[in-house]
Amino acid sequence: MAIHLLTIFIAAILTHNMALTYLLGMCPFISLSKSLKTASGMGFAVVFVVALTTIINWPIYNLILVPTNTELIYYIVFIITIAASVQLVEMIMERFFPALQASFGIFLPLITVNCTILAISLFTVIRNYDYITSIIFAIGSALGWIIAIVIVAAINEKLKLIGDIPKGMKGPGVIMITSGILALAFLGFAGMVNL
Amino acid sequence: MAGPNTKSKTMTTLLDGLWRDHPIFSMLLGICSALAVSNKVENAIAMGAGVIFVMVATGIIISLLRKMIPRRARIITYMIVIASFVIIVDRFLKAFYPAISESIGPYVGLIITNCIIMGRAEAFYIQNNTGQSILDALANGISYTYTLGIIAVVREVLGFGTILGFRVMPDGWTNWVVMAMAPGAFFVLGLFIWITRTMAKMESD
Repeated sequence: MAIHLLTIFIAAILTHNMALTYLLGMCPFISLSKSLKTASGMGFAVVFVVALTTIINWPIYNLILVPTNTELIYYIVFIITIAASVQLVEMIMERFFPALQASFGIFLPLITVNCTILAISLFTVIRNYDYITSIIFAIGSALGWIIAIVIVAAINEKLKLIGDIPKGMKGPGVIMITSGILALAFLGFAGMVNL
Repeated sequence: MAGPNTKSKTMTTLLDGLWRDHPIFSMLLGICSALAVSNKVENAIAMGAGVIFVMVATGIIISLLRKMIPRRARIITYMIVIASFVIIVDRFLKAFYPAISESIGPYVGLIITNCIIMGRAEAFYIQNNTGQSILDALANGISYTYTLGIIAVVREVLGFGTILGFRVMPDGWTNWVVMAMAPGAFFVLGLFIWITRTMAKMESD
């Protein structure tokens, strides 16, 4: 069991990386990977919300929606859970950790439309994970996403020092190409662990 | 509301959506699905059709309700409206095109978090009447679809040697496997952004 959990955790970070294999969470990926500091700030907010929503969504789906035969509306339920928990986290942080909240700033509300969060909840349903596996998978996937966004942000900070990027390529264009090369590198992990 | 003013506004709405404020290239919205489902043309068409349907329906509902939606609850309202229509698309694909539904799987559900729809709802439908909203939804949905289509054609031809399942490449063709996988998506979209941004710059000069 422990081995199985570890496999899922590593696979979620390296071989089945949310950003680089499933191409999820790309909007914040592009807009935030300009600087290392914002990228890591967003990253930690994402891990927190992903863990929280998976902890809430799994029981809702398996203990309420499945017994009452209303799996059909799970998209709506999940998205409400996500929006609500983002709001909740924001309120709690505002009240108790104002400094932390100031450093997350605008990222928290933006997380609602980060597709990684919804996708992780959907994957746990599609793959029939049990409760513990879901949580491990969720944390692993979120960490994998952070690793990808932080590496791309770091590379782009260095790229800015080089002046001769073609005009139309600057910004999003070069971020896409960098991510492509990084995704190629991550393909090297394929076959190490399997889901 | 008739007159030249309305007419020019209609044209602007259409043109903005189709080219000037192109949702993918200039605003960089909806990238996830643009990358993820563009490995085959049929997936791209299915996804595009789904997005157009959800956008038009959301545009109609939001613009009709725009005076009743409280400001503070508007984001959650958009989400619930969008999610309801996405369920319809998901069920439709499962019932009539099970093969496509299988291959684009969870990405159908991710139409909900496709920022193009949320973005247009916030920027346009909540302030404009139903007619304009439908036009805007169509223009943005179509430009999303044609972009997905173009990327998918490149990736399918290079990655599988086919278009919509028909063989187009000669017999000796070796498939570029990487094009069918994630890195290919990044490279093709990166090049497209480069080309369109350079063209847009030439237009404005």
